Amino acid sequence: MLRFLLPRVAQSLLVVFGVLIIVFLMLHLVPGDPAQVLFGDAPVPKEQVEAVRHALGLDLPLHVQLERYVRRTLAGDLGRSLKTNRPVAGDLARAIPLTAELAVAAMLLAIAGGVVFGITSATSHNTWLDSGVSTVALLGISFPTFWTGLLLIWIFSIKLEWFPITGQHSLRHLVLPAITLGWYAGAIIARLVRSGMLEVLRQDYVRTARAKGVTEPRVLVWHALRNALIPVITVAGIQFGTLLGGTVVVETVFARDGVGRMLVLAILQKDFPSVQGAVLILALAYTFSNLIADLSYGFIDPRIHYT
Amino acid sequence: MALVQSHLSPNRPRERRAIALLGRLSPGALAGLVVFLVLCVPLIAPTWLAPYDPTAVSPNEIFQPPSFHHWLGTDQFGRDMLSRLISGTHVSMSLGVVSVSLSVLISLPLGIASGYYRGALDSVLMRLMDVVMAFPGILLALIIISILGPGLANAMIAVGIGEAPAYTRVVRSAALGVREQSYIEAARAIGAHDTRILWRYVLPNIIQPLIVISSVGFAVAIVIGSSLGFLGLGAQPPTAEWGTMVSEGRTYLRSQWWISAFPGATIGVSVLALNILGDALRDVLDPRLRRSV
Repeated sequence: MLRFLLPRVAQSLLVVFGVLIIVFLMLHLVPGDPAQVLFGDAPVPKEQVEAVRHALGLDLPLHVQLERYVRRTLAGDLGRSLKTNRPVAGDLARAIPLTAELAVAAMLLAIAGGVVFGITSATSHNTWLDSGVSTVALLGISFPTFWTGLLLIWIFSIKLEWFPITGQHSLRHLVLPAITLGWYAGAIIARLVRSGMLEVLRQDYVRTARAKGVTEPRVLVWHALRNALIPVITVAGIQFGTLLGGTVVVETVFARDGVGRMLVLAILQKDFPSVQGAVLILALAYTFSNLIADLSYGFIDPRIHYT
Repeated sequence: MALVQSHLSPNRPRERRAIALLGRLSPGALAGLVVFLVLCVPLIAPTWLAPYDPTAVSPNEIFQPPSFHHWLGTDQFGRDMLSRLISGTHVSMSLGVVSVSLSVLISLPLGIASGYYRGALDSVLMRLMDVVMAFPGILLALIIISILGPGLANAMIAVGIGEAPAYTRVVRSAALGVREQSYIEAARAIGAHDTRILWRYVLPNIIQPLIVISSVGFAVAIVIGSSLGFLGLGAQPPTAEWGTMVSEGRTYLRSQWWISAFPGATIGVSVLALNILGDALRDVLDPRLRRSV
C-alpha cells in the first residue's frame, strides 16, 4: 500500500509545485510591465511604479522572485488585493466555506441522484422510465450551467416562489445552486451507473445470488452496485474538478460570494493578486480531490493492487 | 471519354463510402447532423437570414414579446432577437471553429512528438500536461483571459489553449498505439525516414480519434465560450453572442423571459446535437470504443 501511496503523493506534490509556478508566472505573462500591471489602467507617476517594483521584488531575477513567491505562499501570504488593499488570504478564507459548501452539496446530490437514477434506469432497461432518465441526463450534459441556473430560478423562485433567487446564508439558498452545479456530474454518473449495472447484472455471481434466494434489493445493492461503483469513483474525482470550475459560473448566477465569483470579479477589475489567489485555491482543491479519489480505490476494491 | 464517365459515375468509392456512412447513422445522429448543418448557415453567411440589423436600436419597440413581426421578440434596446440570435450563431460557431482548430494545431505536434518519439520529451510534456490539467474546466481559459484581457478574440485563444491538453493526450495515446504496429517497423525496414513515416502512416491513423475529440470538443468550446460571454469575459456588447445575450436578459427574467430563454435554448440544442453527432461519429469511426450497452 505504502509503495503506491508515496509515489502518488509525490506526484501530487510535483503538480502542486507546477501549479505554483504557473500562478506565479501569470503576472509576468501579461503583456507589459508587471509593476504597471499591478496599477491597472490608472496613470501613475514613474517613481511610484518604481517603488512598487522594488517593494515587491519585481526588479529581482525571476528565479529569486519565484523562490520568494513560493516561500510567501507556503507561509499563507498571498499579497494584498489591489482594489480593497485587504490581504487576499483573508478574502479567500471568507469565500472558501461558501464554495466548499456549494461544491460538496452539489457533489453529494450528483452522486445520490446519479446512483438512484442509474439503478432505476438499469432495472427498467428499455422502458419509458429508462428513456426519461436518459433524456434528463442528456439535458444536464448539454445545457450550459448558467442557463439551467436561470431556468431553475425562473421556475422555482419566480413562478413557484419556493426558493429565494439569490443569497447565501441558509440551506434554502443552497438548494438551487447545488442542483444547477450537480446536474452535469449527476448526469454523467447516472449514465455510468446504468451501463455498469447492466453489465454487472448479467454476471454469473448475480444469477447465483438470485438462485440462492437473495432478495432483489440486496442483489442490487450488495452484489451488483458495489461492482458497478468502481468507475464511478474515478469519474466522481474528475467531475469534482469540473464542478469546482463550474462554481465560477453558478456563484455568478446566484450571487454567492465564493471563490469563483471572487475570481470573475478580480479578472474584471484587473486585481491580479486576487486572481492568483483564487486560481491557486481552486487548482489545489482539484489536485487534492483527485489524489483522494485515486487513493480510495484500494479501500473499495481490494482486488486493485498498486504497482 | 471513358475517364470522364468513370468520374461522373456514382460508384466512386469515396462517394459510396460517404453514403454508406450516412446510412449507418442513427435517426438521432441524423437529426444532430441536420442541426449542425443549419447552424453552419449563419457561420458562412451571417447576414443572409437575419430579418433586421442585429445591432439596430429602436426605442419604440423595446421588450416586444414574440410576434409575427419579431418572431423571437425584441430586447431592452428594441433589437430584434431573431436577428441577434442568427448573428450570435455566427459568433459562437466561429468561436468553436477557431478554438478547435487552435487546439488541434497545438496538440498535433506535441502529441505526436510525445507519443511517437517517447523518451525524455514525453516525460517532460506529460508532467507539464499533468500540471496544466490541474486547472479544471473553465479555469485554464479564465487564467488565459486574465492574462490577455476580456474580448471575443482572446476568448477564442483561451478556449483553444485551455482545451489543447485534452487533445494532446488523445493524439499521444493514438501515436503510442500506432508506433508499435508492424507496418511502421516495415516502413522503417525499407528505409523510410521519420518525416515520411509520420506523414504517410502515423498521421492518417491519428486523424480518426482526432475527429472524434474535435466534434465533442466543438460542443465543449461552445459551452466554455458562451460561459465566458455570460461572465462578461468573452464577446463584449453590442456584439450578439449566445452567452452575452443570456446574460443581458437576466435582469428581465421576471417579465421578459424570451430575452434569455431563446439564446440559452439555442446553446442547449446545439450542444445536444453536437454531442449526439460526436457519439455517432465515434461509433462509426472507431467501433472499438462503442459502448457495450
